Amino acid sequence: MEERSAGLESPSHAPGPRFVTETTDLERNPVIGKVRAWDSRAVAEVIIFRGELTLVTPHTHLRPLAQFLAGESDLAFNLLSDITCVDRFPVEPRFELNYHLVALARRDVLRLRAKLPGQDPVIETVTSVWPTANWHEREIFDLFGVRFEGHPDLQRIFMPEDWEGFPLRKDYPTEGPR
Amino acid sequence: MTTVQTATGPAQTMVLNMGPQHPSTHGVLRVVLELDGETVVKARPEIGYLHTGIEKTGEALTYSQAITITDRMDYLAPMSNNLGYCLAVEKLLGIEAPPRARYIRVLLTELTRIQSHLVWLGTHAIDLGAMSVFLYCFREREDLLNIFELVSGQRMMTSYFRIGGLALEPPAGWLEPVKRFLSKFPSRIDEYEDLLTKNRIWLSRTKGVGVINAADAIAYGMTGPSVRGSGVDYDVRKYFPYSGYEEFDFNVPVRTEGDCYARYLVRVAEMRESLKIVRQALGKIPADGPIRADAPGIVAPQREKMKTEMEALIYHFKIYTEGFAPPPGEVYQRIESPRGELGFFIASDGSAKPYRMKARTPSFVNLQALPKLAEGRLLADVVACIGTLDIVLGEIDR
Repeated sequence: MEERSAGLESPSHAPGPRFVTETTDLERNPVIGKVRAWDSRAVAEVIIFRGELTLVTPHTHLRPLAQFLAGESDLAFNLLSDITCVDRFPVEPRFELNYHLVALARRDVLRLRAKLPGQDPVIETVTSVWPTANWHEREIFDLFGVRFEGHPDLQRIFMPEDWEGFPLRKDYPTEGPR
Repeated sequence: MTTVQTATGPAQTMVLNMGPQHPSTHGVLRVVLELDGETVVKARPEIGYLHTGIEKTGEALTYSQAITITDRMDYLAPMSNNLGYCLAVEKLLGIEAPPRARYIRVLLTELTRIQSHLVWLGTHAIDLGAMSVFLYCFREREDLLNIFELVSGQRMMTSYFRIGGLALEPPAGWLEPVKRFLSKFPSRIDEYEDLLTKNRIWLSRTKGVGVINAADAIAYGMTGPSVRGSGVDYDVRKYFPYSGYEEFDFNVPVRTEGDCYARYLVRVAEMRESLKIVRQALGKIPADGPIRADAPGIVAPQREKMKTEMEALIYHFKIYTEGFAPPPGEVYQRIESPRGELGFFIASDGSAKPYRMKARTPSFVNLQALPKLAEGRLLADVVACIGTLDIVLGEIDR
């Protein structure tokens, strides 16, 4: 106990949880403003949850918008951290693609979201914007069955090539016969 | 197979399978190599041999239960994975761990970083022929695993961090072995460096090998020491601080050469920086105070309270039978794991189980750059390139 308290100037812990505040000031967000100025149809919805900004865009606008976000010098979202999919079965549009972007120079983050229908889900690839999208998109193709138009190498990545079905879909059981 | 021009005329390339059963692929990685003599024309990593559907399993478990499967992804850095997942769920819930738990978490994740880097250094060195470094690294790693065992009861699959804090109060005197480690480890790093940093064989195996420039590294989504060896100072602890890292004073080692040697220097320097953080954390951990957030219905009540308070007993029963239900929404929490940006994306539908739990694992993304590193180099350099990316197949395949 003696040496554990060494270096402790003040009892800094306050009892009880500290609730994270949520920002709600959407209108003044410069990123959304720039995207709106570029093409107002590219912004379908803006969500802020737990301080995280999500920009929902029509799936037809996704690749041009990605190009804009990565290329525009004062936005410069140059790092694509991750792409992930959520299956909202049986709700339509069924698939939600989430692109997590980082602008390294500005230390800023943004989540881009596009929704796809359950019937023939297909979206344009962003591998030309961020080459790292290659494996992320293969993973989503493998596990959700979403196709990426223009992808250079759209093959299964985890599952065997002859596997039937898409394991992370909600109508694919966790255990038991498929 | 393609025809290539060689010094003695046109010749056919050869396709060679490296792995999945190969000691230097660090697990079950398979690389399909197209060779022109000994030169790699094309390298194609084939993954999935360790795919166990961890994300699908996560959807069938409650939020607390899912902690245990995060350990199994990056089995060399279980505490980092626990931390990333717990912070993501805490963000979803809007709760925060109390300071004592936060600092203990930082201390243990930095020890995890050292431990993981030790395995990397040992295996990277043994891949390139330096046997003794491997033995030294694993000797020190043992001390760290003993510390983990002391606090959590487990050497590797710790599951020690829980949503809102820690699983248990660490035992009395647990900081003693940490201090002993702190006092002896700097000289041990010197020892490794004596063996490698100016070793001519080591230099010729790593210098100028597997070069990737900053622009390519970012384009391929590389993070962690792999990108910091190429001159990009992206470290989540500095860029997007979490768990109180903004209160710590440490440097982010960066090299600009972008080769295996630069990445080696970065990781070795990172071990020293992690020691700094551990030392500061020792001074910051309050002597007493709660280790779990005061969030009834989410965080399990103290054992003593359960014997005297009716509500505590009810909460305990409900937490362990049905779990807790965060509000609907999605969060993405990124942390700096020993390998780079580890992100947990959690989508909640308002039920007690994660509707979707996705781990953005750094090895998965970094491995994608392997062809860029290895193509045009000799076959023997592929081993150096795989080693320098510090991959863990458990988190690649999930």
